[in-house]
Amino acid sequence: MTDRIAIHVSHLSKQYRLGGPQEKYRTLRDAIINSLKVSRKIFYKAPPVKEFWALKDVSFDVEQGEVVGIIGRNGAGKSTLLKILSRITTPTDGIADIYGRVGSLLEVGTGFHQELTGRENIYLSGSILGMKRREIDAKLDDIIKFSEVEKFLDTPVKRFSSGMYVRLAFAVAAHLEPEILLVDEVLAVGDAGFQKKCLGKMGEVAKEGRTVLFVSHNMAAIENLCPRTLLLNNGVLVFDGDSKRVIERYQKSVDTIISVPISERKDRWGEGGAKICKVQIMDSDGECIQNIKSGQTIDFVIEFTADTHIHLLEFSISFKTLMGFTLFYCETKQSCAPFEIHKRRGHVTCTIDSFPLAPGTYSFNVTAHRGDRYYDLVREAGTFTVDTGDFFGNGVTTEFGYSPFLVKSRWKMERI
Amino acid sequence: MTLPPMVAPLVTGGEREPTIKIRPHRKWTPVDLNELWAYRELIYSFTLRDIKLRYKQTGLGIVWAILQPLLTMVIFTIFFGGLAKIPSEGVPYPLFVLAALLPWTLFASGLTRSTTSMVTDANIMTKVYFPRLIMPLASIISPLVDFAVSLVILFVMMVYYGFVPTANIVFLPLFLLLALATSLGIGLWLSALNVKYRDFQYTVPFLIQIWMFASPVVYASSLVPVSLRVWYGLNPMTGVIEGFRWALLGSGAPSAMVLVSVGMVILFLISGMFYFHRMEQYYADIV
Repeated sequence: MTDRIAIHVSHLSKQYRLGGPQEKYRTLRDAIINSLKVSRKIFYKAPPVKEFWALKDVSFDVEQGEVVGIIGRNGAGKSTLLKILSRITTPTDGIADIYGRVGSLLEVGTGFHQELTGRENIYLSGSILGMKRREIDAKLDDIIKFSEVEKFLDTPVKRFSSGMYVRLAFAVAAHLEPEILLVDEVLAVGDAGFQKKCLGKMGEVAKEGRTVLFVSHNMAAIENLCPRTLLLNNGVLVFDGDSKRVIERYQKSVDTIISVPISERKDRWGEGGAKICKVQIMDSDGECIQNIKSGQTIDFVIEFTADTHIHLLEFSISFKTLMGFTLFYCETKQSCAPFEIHKRRGHVTCTIDSFPLAPGTYSFNVTAHRGDRYYDLVREAGTFTVDTGDFFGNGVTTEFGYSPFLVKSRWKMERI
Repeated sequence: MTLPPMVAPLVTGGEREPTIKIRPHRKWTPVDLNELWAYRELIYSFTLRDIKLRYKQTGLGIVWAILQPLLTMVIFTIFFGGLAKIPSEGVPYPLFVLAALLPWTLFASGLTRSTTSMVTDANIMTKVYFPRLIMPLASIISPLVDFAVSLVILFVMMVYYGFVPTANIVFLPLFLLLALATSLGIGLWLSALNVKYRDFQYTVPFLIQIWMFASPVVYASSLVPVSLRVWYGLNPMTGVIEGFRWALLGSGAPSAMVLVSVGMVILFLISGMFYFHRMEQYYADIV
């Protein structure tokens, strides 16, 4: 079996240091001051450096020709894994062996330069991604045809529309022919038609017998393309197996996190100073509810504490599918001025009229911030279920899984 | 020790040698030159990109490559040759200073570009792997185009002054190589340091200014007291510039000072490659 292995990963770990000197750009001054402080460190306790394992003791083997999906919440270590395997960063511990030529697609348009023409960029990006010039010469016509931008090939790409840019960039990437392909969510761009074309191309690649590792939040794509999926959670490989079962497991894992009360959650971001303690969903009678009906008017009540007086505090709630796709978000600045916080405790209420989501289960993030400065951010702060409700006000209901949004529309027919 | 069955063993038992071995980084290892050779086409691609971008969206375009050395020469001739009356070893001052400006500009612009190269293209390097050394390398190669233009200007001027180059000119490529090696040696250090400490990109313009006056660009090295000559040779650009003047204009043959310069360049190159490779391994985490 060993001679059919394409990727062998053994006890791979990656540690990042947060809050330490590596978080910001280091300046010479810092380095000089730090070296002077050596003697003082004996008397004063150094500020704590938060160490965090983006990847912890991950082991798996991938055989040649296997197409493997990688899923997990944001920050689970998916991208770190791909970055190590594509040699952009080194592991802190463990090893990985790769048998074959690797191509990595971690973004669309790697190496594209705004000032260069489409043709020049095909050559530049192609060779950065690992193609030989001779190879690009041979595939040039195919690449141009796939991109559908023949007419603008000798125009600088800065004059391209974003759609054209993405199409050309993907066309180059799609013609890479490595034995092992590492792909990170690059399909989440472009219009629906083009996404479909890209997924089709991915399917072709898979059928050609090449090995593919595919990171995505798009569960449908994962289920379609990858027979096997790895589930990462907080840097640990928690499940490895049949895609359908792994995806089910993933959805359950989201529920497990949420069973911990928000005030006790450790997986929060932001600098502190204000803390979100509790989020309750209430109906118009002020009763706490777990299930929302489509079209119902509801209140999200955020309880918080503040260490000091905070001038201009803003809040936001973003609503997401269980796969992590943000559907919409509500922010204080959309409707009112930021709050002046004098007291140490308080609560703010966000009222949503005619709740627009279709039946299903969703999660939400909550933040307390001021502009770009985050005091507190809790991802997956809670989940809720939406039941069938009278959104349209006429008794017509929408079933689960058709589309996440409900929008009122008016129709009429004109006689010819 | 037996590992649990679910965990893959730490070492593969297969006979095949992996194409790529990924290991935790070690502190001091040399740059993999074989790998660099395998990626030679990419060096070409990046160099080509730099050259194409150099005069994009300028009104004068490639004319800038002619104007820059020409104007510098005129200014230096007026102030240092004319007003300060710096002796030029019997060679017309414009020729004297231009022969030095050729390698100096090549060195200075290579150094400036390579210092920032690891930061300006960070968006590429955090998304795809290739030997990072390619970035400073392409940065020192691309100014060769401007160099070639300046060389033509120099030849035209030599014709104007009726100056016939001596047989020494066959050694010019050697000194050109030395100039590039100096630029790379220092560039490796500065580009690696700049990844960690952005201070360096602001220091380089001053460094270059001071360095130019510490090198025999506007004056001849014979002006330096004999007792200080050995120390003077520690500046690798001294050897390079004296070599250029000797090869092009036949002025004073390079002394043992050049050997000191060569030694310094080798020292910078080797230490630079180790330091650069050390930085390369955790590049993506700190850039």
